[in-house]
Amino acid sequence: MKNAVGREIPDELLVGGKEVYQGKGYMDGKYIQKASPRTRRCEKPQESKIVDSIAQALKDCGAKDGMTFSFHHHLRNGDFVVNMVMKAAIEELGLQDLTIAATSLGEAHDPIADYIEQGKVIGIQTSGIRGRMGDVVSHGKLKTPAIIRSHGGRPRAIEAGEVHIDIAFVAAPTSDCVGNCRGIGGKSNCGSLGYAMTDAKYADHVVVITDCLVDFPNMPASVEAIDVDAVVVVDSIGNPKKIASAAARISQNPRDLMMAENVAKVIACTPYFKEGFSFQTGVGGPSLAANLFLEKFMDERGIKMGWAIGGICGPMVELLKKGKVGKVIDVQDFDLDAVNSINQTPGHYEMSASQYANPANKGAFVNKLDFVVLAALEIDTGFNVNVLTGSDGVLRGAPGGHPDTAAGSKCCIIVTPLVRGRMATVCEHVVTVTTPGDCVDVLVTDYGIAVNPLRPDLIKCLDDAGIPHVTIESLKEKAYSIVGRPDPVQFEERVVAVLEARDGTILDVVRQIKPYTFED
Amino acid sequence: MQIEKNAAAGTLESSDALVTVEPAEAGIELEISSSVMNQYGRQIRATVLDTLARLGVTDGKVTVVDKGALDCTLKARVECAVFRSCGKSDAGIPWGGVIR
Repeated sequence: MKNAVGREIPDELLVGGKEVYQGKGYMDGKYIQKASPRTRRCEKPQESKIVDSIAQALKDCGAKDGMTFSFHHHLRNGDFVVNMVMKAAIEELGLQDLTIAATSLGEAHDPIADYIEQGKVIGIQTSGIRGRMGDVVSHGKLKTPAIIRSHGGRPRAIEAGEVHIDIAFVAAPTSDCVGNCRGIGGKSNCGSLGYAMTDAKYADHVVVITDCLVDFPNMPASVEAIDVDAVVVVDSIGNPKKIASAAARISQNPRDLMMAENVAKVIACTPYFKEGFSFQTGVGGPSLAANLFLEKFMDERGIKMGWAIGGICGPMVELLKKGKVGKVIDVQDFDLDAVNSINQTPGHYEMSASQYANPANKGAFVNKLDFVVLAALEIDTGFNVNVLTGSDGVLRGAPGGHPDTAAGSKCCIIVTPLVRGRMATVCEHVVTVTTPGDCVDVLVTDYGIAVNPLRPDLIKCLDDAGIPHVTIESLKEKAYSIVGRPDPVQFEERVVAVLEARDGTILDVVRQIKPYTFED
Repeated sequence: MQIEKNAAAGTLESSDALVTVEPAEAGIELEISSSVMNQYGRQIRATVLDTLARLGVTDGKVTVVDKGALDCTLKARVECAVFRSCGKSDAGIPWGGVIR
């Protein structure tokens, strides 16, 4: 069945009430029955929950074949915990048919690809999938289709019981002996633990893995001992160098700066750019540099930003310290400046993934967002964005908060160069739709700006401000005139990943990659 | 033009291609690998074969390791490799002839 972004969704996926994507806001006002976990009572006084090993913790939590284990990705590409846990479960306990439900996965988790090929891991639910894991899944090695969700879609699915977590693993930079966890104060600090919060509340069992045991009580705790079954102390939960970069530096690339300045100009010409406006930006070159130019416009107009959300990095903390933004609310930290600021700098708070972006709760921050500035691997003439699959069709990205912030914000700006090497970023049809075009408002490239025709109000804003803009079709043609018109990527029939829209409908599917041949 | 000895042109940098030519008999043997194979494999092959035909090369083993080079880059790398293989890269490049 074809969905609202023109993607053909196989009927066999539309079972158990699953629907195809119908457009943004489709589920608004509907009721959901929340799922609840089955948890163990800890009624007797207890000195400590520390157990000797991950294997022991798994046994204590009744780990068995077919279970779903959850993980969060605050340790980013420095994470050791996913691999440690899966190794203990598969190689020490001999478990199989396991499903990994992670907030995101990256190249740090390459060893899991072996477990997929051996058939020990049969399900993956995640936002990001990259490296060898993306490769083996794209080549059809995972037994069931991977399920890709946004950061808001995941807590929605957990709360709705579509993902039942048997054991949640919390990678904790610090924990006390009963499992009060924080993202700071240890040797592998990551700052916010926002993505772990929903998992800990909805999992049957919760195991904390830390490399820095601190005195009880570890307060204020991001994940609380009331939800924790066991604590395991290991030598190291991650590589600090890969957890948080030294400092996110603002690009000096003149092309990035030009695009960033145009982003700021677009923002400044809308009616939402007024005292107390709200903002989220990514950490890509031009997205991050937009901060710099935005500050200039804020100074000129004599206005301040009310609040900023998202994955947070140094330049935003800097604005907070200068008093140019009122509050920063943080689900993940990208660099040491942000890690060292959360819960320290007045006005810098932590939030859960659900509070950030869940479309099924009653007050996600994204719904109050004025502006979001995002990147894209590809954007097509319907303003649909792909941030998941490479131009070769292989899984190597993550929707993250992209679809959530795009849908929630009043003005969603995509900033990307027109071409990258020989790849046309602006194209006829994206390989995979990860953010539907009805949520995307403006595209800023190094060859011009295009406004979604669904937003005549924004077109008028740009015209009134004298900001030149063109059609997205003309940008696509410009791109193809440079790199040539690409052949469509060839896929097999088999679906290897299902891309859920944030509301739980099916936005797109990714099919198994077909070996390339020169024959037509 | 005839490929007389082994020669190469280009690099393995992003947006470039490394083109290697070797003498061979009985036609063109072309091997292509590319970071953008799925979308541009056929165009790369067509560009390389067109360029060889324009230079009048009928026999040789040609290997292209492409890192997302544009057509203009591919043409230049193929031309240069062929000229180097027949000692024409220092002098005698047919500017305004087959090189336009």
